[in-house]
Amino acid sequence: MFNISTQALFAQLLVGLINGSFYALLSLGLAVIFGMLNIINFAHGAVYMMGAFCAYFLLNVFDINYWVALILAPLLIGGLGMALERTMLQRLAGLDHLYGLLLTFGLALIIQGVFQNYFGSSGLPYAIPQQLTGGQNLGFMFLPNYRAWVVVFSLTVCLATWFAIEKTKLGAYLRAATENPALVRAFGVNVPRMITLTYGFGVGLAALAGVLSAPINQVRPLMGADLIIVVFAVVVIGGMGSIMGSIVTGFALGILEGLTKYFYPEASNTVVFVIMALVLMVKPNGLFGRA
Amino acid sequence: MTDAPMKTHAAAPQMRDETVVIMAMVAVLAALPALGVYPYFVMQALCFALFACAFNLLIGFVGLLSFGHAMFLGTAGYASAHAAKVWGLPPELCILFGALSAGVLGLLVGLIAIRRQGIYFSMTTLALAQMIYFFYLQAKFTHGEDGIQGVPQGYFLGFLDLSKPLVLFYVVLAIFMAGFLLIYRTINSPFGEILKAIRENEPRAISLGYRTARYKLAAFVLSAGLAGLAGATKVIVSQNASLTDVRWEMSGEVVLMTLVGGLGTIFGPVVGAFIIIAMQQYLAEFGQWVLVIQGVIFVTCVLAFRRGIVGEIAQALRRNL
Repeated sequence: MFNISTQALFAQLLVGLINGSFYALLSLGLAVIFGMLNIINFAHGAVYMMGAFCAYFLLNVFDINYWVALILAPLLIGGLGMALERTMLQRLAGLDHLYGLLLTFGLALIIQGVFQNYFGSSGLPYAIPQQLTGGQNLGFMFLPNYRAWVVVFSLTVCLATWFAIEKTKLGAYLRAATENPALVRAFGVNVPRMITLTYGFGVGLAALAGVLSAPINQVRPLMGADLIIVVFAVVVIGGMGSIMGSIVTGFALGILEGLTKYFYPEASNTVVFVIMALVLMVKPNGLFGRA
Repeated sequence: MTDAPMKTHAAAPQMRDETVVIMAMVAVLAALPALGVYPYFVMQALCFALFACAFNLLIGFVGLLSFGHAMFLGTAGYASAHAAKVWGLPPELCILFGALSAGVLGLLVGLIAIRRQGIYFSMTTLALAQMIYFFYLQAKFTHGEDGIQGVPQGYFLGFLDLSKPLVLFYVVLAIFMAGFLLIYRTINSPFGEILKAIRENEPRAISLGYRTARYKLAAFVLSAGLAGLAGATKVIVSQNASLTDVRWEMSGEVVLMTLVGGLGTIFGPVVGAFIIIAMQQYLAEFGQWVLVIQGVIFVTCVLAFRRGIVGEIAQALRRNL
């Protein structure tokens, strides 16, 4: 029953779950940022890459281990994001959404170009933290500990974010400010600061995904460039109206991609885009989108 | 009755201005090889200028920012390269076939992409372009990373020997002008007026009885076909079709050219294309820094210079250019 091919199937499912974790973390960040800033952050892939590089530098230059990097890298990159929001993105308030896309596209070119210039296109290795080396033999497949950790931890972060936004008082302010910033400001809430923090948070999520990905995918300057396009498709499929929608769509598409890799590998690169086209034909606003 | 003559009076000097600029542009472009400018550079810039004009038709006059226009450039390139090398068709048919292929792809992509507006439209076109890229990466006839090399140029219309640089140059200039004038005519036609109405206020255009989805689709197909015309011509000039033309970087580049020249201006994309291509020529030795510089130009344009070069000049002269 559990022959080589079922093992391969479960292995691809696991790869799909891991990719799904990154899709979910990234599209969640995009959705949160879009809600507050009305900007699609094209630099999201570059930020993800910076998260991985940040972990790499922390380990190799400052001898700071993975666990600290998991907290420190999102904070540092989030801080950088907030500085960018204050100096640049804020000036675009009230303009067409497209200018936000163009500005962040320019930022992505700059960031990726600088990293490519110093690190070329090859990958730098990042060791799996020793507490998570090895794996479990589940009988039907071998489950590496680190990969299990990535899936569980990403899911936890996603659900915590959902809880914070949908169920807490702070989240209620955030949702209110998304709907009507002027009114929330009139109640004495510092909306510009909230916008800056939101951008920092969304960017921090991407950096966190980068740190998680470093031991699996190697650290490369262009690791986020192709990923962000798939994440855009995920966002179009899910629609950005719902936090839970982003999470579910992210994981579901990762799993679907993994299944495709097993059953029809030639289409594994394109399956997400094909699904996007189909969803647009049937439900133009996305599975969880509002009109 | 009194309205009509007044309208033509107001429009006439405007049209005359533009006609003068167009004629000046043709004269300058035609004289460039005689002035010692390397013809190959001008031909490449002209292909990108047409590509940018086709892109600008969508963003400038319908308000749709396509972030996947490279798929049309690249598709036409592969189609015409294949037609020339494998089928042995004459260059004019190859170019026509390339443009038609891009137009057909534009119809398919347009049917999907125009179902969403604004930011979602941009993301959808980008994602579909990436899908097309993966298709060409895996397809046999594109020869993957190698591309289709050594595309024969042949005789245009049977008697113009395209292997002579100057002949090739004037054929490319003629193709560019044909595309440019078609776009110019389109945006000044009743069809173009409806497109602008959709850009300004789509619900209102719908309430006036226009089926805006059809107009947007028609504009999308036209833009795709003209981008294809540029891509097919580019392949006949450079004699090779490669994956570079389908990558997302190329889609970004055409946005940059149009932004630098001026979104929604008539001459902006041409100016922008010449500037960016010249920049790439002179900065080629700096490798990856070219991308960084492009990024800096993007950021600067968006933050401080949204009208672009031609847009600023037009503003200063209080004219539409």
